[in-house]
Formats: sequence, C-alpha cells, structure tokens
Amino acid sequence: MSELKGWKDIPIGGLIPHGGTAFDYETGSWRSFRPVHDRDKCIDCLDCWFCCPDNAIIAEDQKFKGFDMMHCKGCGICAKVCPPKVGAITMKPESEFEE
Amino acid sequence: MARKSVSMTKLALTGNEAVAEAFRQVNPDVAAVYPITPQTELMHKFSEYVYDGKVETELIAVESEHSAMSAAVGAAAGGVRAITATSANGLALMWEVLYIASGLRLPIVMAVVNRALSGPLNIHCDHSDAMGARDSGWIQIYSENSQEAYDNALQAFRIAEHSGVLLPTMITMDGFIISHTTEVLEILDDAAAREFVGEYKPMYTLLNPEQPVTMGPLDLQDYYFEHKRQQVEGMYNAPAVIEQVAQEYAALTGRKYGFIEAYRMEDAETAVVVMGSAAGTTKDVVDTLRERGIKVGMVKLRVFRPFPHEQLAEALSHLKSVAVLDRCISFGAQGGPVYMETRSAMYGKEIPIYSYIYGLGGRDLIPSLVESAYNDLFEGTPDPKMRYLGLRE
Repeated sequence: MSELKGWKDIPIGGLIPHGGTAFDYETGSWRSFRPVHDRDKCIDCLDCWFCCPDNAIIAEDQKFKGFDMMHCKGCGICAKVCPPKVGAITMKPESEFEE
Repeated sequence: MARKSVSMTKLALTGNEAVAEAFRQVNPDVAAVYPITPQTELMHKFSEYVYDGKVETELIAVESEHSAMSAAVGAAAGGVRAITATSANGLALMWEVLYIASGLRLPIVMAVVNRALSGPLNIHCDHSDAMGARDSGWIQIYSENSQEAYDNALQAFRIAEHSGVLLPTMITMDGFIISHTTEVLEILDDAAAREFVGEYKPMYTLLNPEQPVTMGPLDLQDYYFEHKRQQVEGMYNAPAVIEQVAQEYAALTGRKYGFIEAYRMEDAETAVVVMGSAAGTTKDVVDTLRERGIKVGMVKLRVFRPFPHEQLAEALSHLKSVAVLDRCISFGAQGGPVYMETRSAMYGKEIPIYSYIYGLGGRDLIPSLVESAYNDLFEGTPDPKMRYLGLRE
C-alpha cells in the first residue's frame, strides 16, 4: 500500500489523464475458458480478429498469429465466429491447463 | 445595498419561466429533457427558445429521467455545459446517475421543481424529492420565490464550474407554489447575464484528441475512498465560492444572497427555521407577531448542501428556543432532515429545538399554522416528538 498516492496527489473524479488504460490492465485472469487454435485448420480469414471485443487476437501480415492471453477474457466469440466448416478455435476449460 | 451597475427589466413570470429565462441567457451547450409535472413547463419554455433559435443549445429529448441525467453526464464529460430539470419521481429515477455526475466531478446544473414522491400519487409540493438526494454529492440551493429561482440559476453555473468545487448543483423551487405562480421579477440584460456566468472551460474533456483521458474507470479498494475524500473537499471549498459569487452578483444587481437569510433576528427570543416558499408566509407571521410586541424571528436556509452549520448556529445561538419546519419526513428519524441538521449544528448549546412537519403533498401552510408553532415556543411546552402543522388527527 505504501506506493499508493494520497487523495491530494491524484486527479479528481477517478480521472486518468491519459488514454489506452485498458492495455495495462490484466483481464486474462478473469478467464474460465481458454481459446485453443489449430494452425492446420485455420484459413486466416481473421473473422476472429474482427470480432474479438478485447482486441486479443494477434495478427501479422494478414495471418493469425496467436492470442493475447493477458487480455483474453475467454468469452468464446472467436470460436463462435470461426466458420463452422473450419472450426479452428475451440474453447477449453482453464482447469485443463492448471498445473 | 450595492448600487446596481447594469440595466434590468421587470417581467411577470412564473418560477418555471424565470429559470427558463436564466437558462436562455446562459445558452448552455446541451439540455437533456424529459417532462414531469410540475417541471414540464420549464423545459417546455426552454425548448421554445431552442426551436426559435434564441439559444444554440443542443436539446436532447430523451426517454426517461435516468437517460436525461445520463445524457447530461455524457455531455459534461465531453467538456460542455449541460443542464436538465426534473421533479419528484423523475429525480428518483435519476438516482444512480446523480452519484455518477458528482463522483466524476461534472458540474451539471439542474433545476428541481420540488414535488412529493409517490405513493400514493401526488403532484404537489414538498421537499421529499430533493431531500432524498441530499447525500448524493450535489450542491443544493433552495429558492423562496421566482426572483430567487432566477438569481440562483445564474449563480449555480459559477459555483458548480469553479475549479475548486466541480460539483453538480441543483437549484430548487417549490412546485406549483413558485413554479406556477406569476410574480414580477427583475431580469438582467442578456449581455450582463452572460458576462457574469462567463465561458465554461473544462479541466478535461473526452473529446480532445490532443489530451486523451479516461473517465469513470474501475476504482476499487485502492483509490475509491480517496476519490470520495476529494468530493468532500469540493464541498469544503464551495462556501467561499458561493460567497464570492453572491458578492459579485450583489454588485451587479443589488440583490444580496447568503447561506441563510436572518429575518428580524437581532432581538428575537424565538425563531422558526424554514426553506423555500414557506419563508414568505413565515415573514408575514413574524411581522404580525412583532406588531403585538412578541419578539420572534425567522431564519431561511438558502443553501442546504454544503450545510451552513456555522452561520446557522451563530444566527440561532442567542435564542430561548427554535422550531424547525420541514416539508419532508425522514421516516423513523427524530425529526425532519432540516431539523436534524439544525440540531447537529447546535450541538453543545442548551437551546431546545423542535421538529415540525408541514405541507406534505402540497398541503397549504397558512399563517395561523406558523403562528401556532411560535405560540408553542412561547406559551406551551412543545411536544418533544415530531409535531405536524395542518394535519388532521
């Protein structure tokens, strides 16, 4: 608690005087289902990239690269929008990944 | 009284029209409106100004009061001057958003035309609506008549928008009794009113790409408490600003406003504390009793939040007893809200203070009822429990 500032030293009203704050905030820990990607099935349509509400699909050169697990909340939209004939993304319980 | 430095026009207006006139002169950027009796006429009048091109305001006709306050919050967060107005259940429906407006420190100005809360259904005056919002972090200023409603409306913007305050402000007037009664009042000329209110320069805005900010983020155990303490500081800073603004307004208009108005209090032995239109009736009763040689006075509260405890205690400290008239019940409490605040302000002083509830649901407060409260103070022993003026047993 010692590094937290007192009420006189912070902007009023909870305001943060810069943008893009969601980038620094880890929401990945909220996840109870994890998206798993199958490279062999993926056709790189990037529907998942368009639809992800948390900007957690990483794409490079118009190809699927991976998930940003710090921000992925596990909502499953990517798996849902992945074309049925492709089915490259499946949601698996986080418990399967715990060690 | 200060000399008037600007020309003024005398007009015959209802309280609603008077505040609409003040809003027209202020020319706010956004008005989010939804009708409810007895406020409807106020924004009806203002919307005429919008559609006649007399103001440049963006008028948003929303689908509820919850949306009205939400739209005002959005507009204010966007860095512009936002207003709204409501009454009774409309204010109740704004409830959660009132706290968001104050918590985000958005200086919205709202006219509250006081009306009883349902149920049973009632559209007439009492203070239950605004009193219910007394802990919402809004500044509250009450008006005795149309002139005060107009004057308070102009001053409200300066108070709310001051950088040391930045708290939303509600100005109130008694439903129907003031809102629908035509009175003659003095209106500043437009240029003087606009110069007095000045231009609004927000500290932050969501719409400035040069300086992006985040408003209303998640605020948990680590910082929420500190932000509430900051709101308290805004309330602490408000009195000096309210006083400064009142002084400037007095220099302009000759009309002086304080936190309280003491009426014939110098040598008074007992007094009644009131808010709103009841002050006019009470002044008449004081005059009548004074003619009979009875030394009574009256204190009208103009500002309820922040509560002027020092000024009130000072005004009452020489008395033998005090009656506090509330147009609101706090069910299960020892008295009305104004009574409890007054007693708290008078803590440590050995002066009996009694609670009187009056005028609920628009029940008239006739002079003989006020007189009976004074008579209790002088002649009888007032019942230690809440008493009621004008209630049938």
